[in-house]
Amino acid sequence: MLSVVFRRPKKWSVFFSRCSHELVSIGLSSLPIVILMSAFMGGVIALQTASNMTSPLLPAYTIGYITQSSTILEFSPTIISLILAGKVGSNISSELGSMRVTEQIDALEIMGVNSLSYLVLPKIIAAVMFFPILIIFSMALSLFGGWISLLISNLCSTETYLLGIKTDFKVFNIVYALTKTIVFGFLIASIASFYGYFVKGGSINVGKASTQAVVISSIAILIANFILTQMILL
Amino acid sequence: MIEINNVSKSFNNRQVLSDISGVFEPGKVNLIIGGSGEGKSVLAKCMVGLMEVDSGQVLFDGRDFIAMNREEKTLFREEIGMLFQGAALFDSMTVEENIMFPLSMFTKMTKGEMLKRVNFCLERVNLSGRNNLYPSECSGGMQKRIGIARAISMNPKYLFCDEPNSGLDPKTSILIDALIKDITTEYKITTIVITHDMNSVIEIGDNIIFLYDSKKWWQGNNKSIITTDNPEILNFVYASEFMKEIRTSMQGNRNFLMFLFGIVTTLFIS
Repeated sequence: MLSVVFRRPKKWSVFFSRCSHELVSIGLSSLPIVILMSAFMGGVIALQTASNMTSPLLPAYTIGYITQSSTILEFSPTIISLILAGKVGSNISSELGSMRVTEQIDALEIMGVNSLSYLVLPKIIAAVMFFPILIIFSMALSLFGGWISLLISNLCSTETYLLGIKTDFKVFNIVYALTKTIVFGFLIASIASFYGYFVKGGSINVGKASTQAVVISSIAILIANFILTQMILL
Repeated sequence: MIEINNVSKSFNNRQVLSDISGVFEPGKVNLIIGGSGEGKSVLAKCMVGLMEVDSGQVLFDGRDFIAMNREEKTLFREEIGMLFQGAALFDSMTVEENIMFPLSMFTKMTKGEMLKRVNFCLERVNLSGRNNLYPSECSGGMQKRIGIARAISMNPKYLFCDEPNSGLDPKTSILIDALIKDITTEYKITTIVITHDMNSVIEIGDNIIFLYDSKKWWQGNNKSIITTDNPEILNFVYASEFMKEIRTSMQGNRNFLMFLFGIVTTLFIS
């Protein structure tokens, strides 16, 4: 499938317009849920860390440090990608599945359009390009959420929290997180496209394919996360 | 001209098409008819490459379509237009964008030229001014006509229509049939219509192939199908009791007329 997907597009102007459409549909439309999830999860991470900081031997800025490292290393790239697998994966799969059962994909083929390249490639490109942007947003908002929650609950001062965030901050961790995100984006878009594109039957099968796409891409994310962590961090 | 030679296709050991051969001439409406599940749509899909045949040849003006590779097929399909059973319009696009789609993909027309062509096609199917509607806002008959407009927008040499009248009322069906007939004769297209609608068979069937028991059972035209004695065809054409009664009555009238003609001729001779 992928060898056909990555064939040269028939017309670049049409391809670019499809890509921009998918950037909006896959990327921008996911922004609200990413904002909501990240802000609250960041807040919860900071609060839970603060509530568990009972040892006087640990400095107060540890709250900021733990929030920063857990957000950058794991929460934003992996958990948000799992959420995106649900939102974007089911969207892609059901869209392509509906097009398949209503013969719209056949219509494209009959016209002489490489339907895989026309439909799937822009989705993969949009996911690979926009997911890292979403994850950067997620990281920032998560840290912001943590700060707000600590401020409201009066568990840690702004200066101490900021000090924790700056402590042992490695740019490499961001690179690692974004590398993971690019792989996850590719997995989500390609697995969901596969299940949607090759649907057989009617609307029930579209629903099944959508569920399968989410489950399989979530498992793929977890496995890829393990492999990438082994490869990059260790 | 489209020629098919010994086309066979099976699914899970169930033979759907066995050695089907036939010639479909340009400027004529060629019908493939048969009961449900007799393989009409499968034959059409095999002809356009949406399904792979087990064996046989499909020749488009002598060019062997089956032997082409994926790239060649993709390129060749620019010469084919197809109207699908459910119209298969892109639901995220307006009527105008649907018809403009093949033009924007395969031609170097300017936006103005494309719009002119879209309007021409819409006028051809009596839907002028409906450019900005979405498929979901159109009736079944309108969707079929938009499908035809999209199919003819690239001036195809070959037009395939998969059950163009399914789900339509008799009046709209006749309009669609007339449209297909007009377009076929006007542009000398080789048109193949998959149908089991008897109105269509009688109205536009210049060349009819009847599929039965996975084989080509009968071939003729809209005149010969009425008079044939082939029992399977008769069962298909006169499926209902009402139609059978009409046929019996027609036969009775014909026998009576033949009787009268005989008497007159005998008197005249004597």
